[in-house]
Amino acid sequence: MDWLFFGEISLAGLAMGGLYALIALGFVMIYKATRVINFAIGEIMMFAAYLFLAFAGGMELSPWIAMPLAVLGGSILGGVIEKTMIRPMLGESPISVVMVTIGIASILVGVVEFFWTADPQLLPQFLPREPVFIGPLYLAPKIAYGFLIGAAVLVLYLLYFRFSRGGVALRATASDQAAAYSMGINVRRVFNLAWVFGSLAASLAGILVAATGGLSPQFGIIGLSVLVVVIVGGLDSILGALIAGLFIGWLETVAGAYLGGEYRMPATFVVLAVILVIRPYGLFGTHEIERV
Amino acid sequence: MRIGDAKQTYQADEAIWTSSTQKFWFSLLLLILLVFPFLANAYLLYLGCLVGIAVISTTGLNILTGFTGLISLGQAGFMGVGGYTVAWLSLNTGLPFPVALLLAGLMAAAVGILVGLPSLRVKGLYLAIATLAASVFLHFIFAEWEPVTGGMAGLSLEPAHLFGFTFQSDFRMYFIIVPLAVLMVFAARNVFRTRVGRAFIAIRDRDISAEILGINLLRYKLMSFALSSFYAGVAGGLFAYFYRVVTPESFPLAMSIFYLAAVIVGGMGNLLGGILGAAFMTLVPEILKLLTAALTPFYPNAPVFMSPMLEIIFGALIVGFLIFEPHGLAEIWHRIRRFFSLWPFRN
Repeated sequence: MDWLFFGEISLAGLAMGGLYALIALGFVMIYKATRVINFAIGEIMMFAAYLFLAFAGGMELSPWIAMPLAVLGGSILGGVIEKTMIRPMLGESPISVVMVTIGIASILVGVVEFFWTADPQLLPQFLPREPVFIGPLYLAPKIAYGFLIGAAVLVLYLLYFRFSRGGVALRATASDQAAAYSMGINVRRVFNLAWVFGSLAASLAGILVAATGGLSPQFGIIGLSVLVVVIVGGLDSILGALIAGLFIGWLETVAGAYLGGEYRMPATFVVLAVILVIRPYGLFGTHEIERV
Repeated sequence: MRIGDAKQTYQADEAIWTSSTQKFWFSLLLLILLVFPFLANAYLLYLGCLVGIAVISTTGLNILTGFTGLISLGQAGFMGVGGYTVAWLSLNTGLPFPVALLLAGLMAAAVGILVGLPSLRVKGLYLAIATLAASVFLHFIFAEWEPVTGGMAGLSLEPAHLFGFTFQSDFRMYFIIVPLAVLMVFAARNVFRTRVGRAFIAIRDRDISAEILGINLLRYKLMSFALSSFYAGVAGGLFAYFYRVVTPESFPLAMSIFYLAAVIVGGMGNLLGGILGAAFMTLVPEILKLLTAALTPFYPNAPVFMSPMLEIIFGALIVGFLIFEPHGLAEIWHRIRRFFSLWPFRN
């Protein structure tokens, strides 16, 4: 076995996993606050990446201006989705809400195809191109810098939720909605906030992932990998999202490198199946699962 | 105004046909279905067959989603199991089609039990995730298990046959598909008049109460899922006989969403809704095609926008019906019917 190759692949996988962790964080945020399983997260990522393409490619803005704009656009999209389509479903059965998110995913795919056609697109190059070496291990620069940006935002994100007023309100709502409400927290605004911030994380990750691998309307399929991440980590666990994100990213890349690209998804879904059998609440999730 | 219709017994209330008017209209419907293939052109016939297949699959999903309150994202995958079973049987054994279709259904049901067993033990949306995983695995198996599934190229099969009679045209397939669809909808209707079907509904309405009433939740949920997979398997088998080729791309995830959309748009927990939804969702793309064709002389670009518009319309229908008309087309239908049965009085 070639350890150098294995090391490089693992490193690339972990870097990819960092981005998964960021998306999963967005997913968990939404789930914790509003108990909605968001099947449209991959499509929100895709939409933000296309916005970036429009700003940086079409309007020829500097990528460093285009990126915040696109992320802002993605966040606003999240907020609008919550206000117009998730809010009316408040109190409905979880099945209906999940299906609304599936419908939203379909709409977003259609909108993207409508404006940018179904053809694959390449994002403008904006990350530095010098190869990165960590010890003897080579790492593709796009992936390395993507990981760095993602990690930086992830840390900011966690700090925000630990220390800011909004973050405290969000955590309070997640742990006990009624108590939060009676303490004067505007629960509705928190719901909206959760969607905005969840979409923010997803949007940023979407741009970074699309910058390394290209973009097409099928991009949203990455949402499935994220779903695996959050189930493995535990739907309501931030720590779980981070660890499972790294692990699933690593596993996917290693399986792709050693077994072939068609094994990427099945490999991670095997982990999902095992987790569903032995620990359905995930590695770090709350044990609130009722056996029936 | 409908009069003289007070029910005196539970039996009368639970009967499939509660009035002679109903019997009359249903006989008329059957007559139309029978005459239709002789009058319709090739295109309408093709659509009729597609609607028939969709009705079977949607009814299956409706049993699961509408009546038991579980959501599956693997309907297309289970149709694939049925389709490949039929294709393989047709190539290797030459069994007559009723046997092949039955085996296709049973095979899909068996796979369904396998998928449902771990995920149905726990409450929540785990079946959705497990079925998603199942459709990834199934797609992988269809694409990679070459000796059996023919890999990416798929399998081409012989036309359906019975006692030496082959069903090679759409016209002949119609006489398999539509009677089977009617039969399977009836079977579903009857399931909901028995303990099993009642148990499904009880589980949907409140699982804890259902358990206290002595319903073994895991068993009945599994039963519902197996039944729904059986329907999917049969529909997939018909799909295979109809197109006479199955490939891994014949059963994409988008197809599962299509059936979910059909159930929602038609009306969850209503068999009539499943039928209306299946027909409606099958016809939407066709209507859009007609519209595009009509618009092309004015906007030469129109065909380019058709497929994105379709995605948008599908999504908007799902979201719109869930928010504004959660009981679906069936509710609209009932409203119209109520109007006539109360006419000339209001309400």
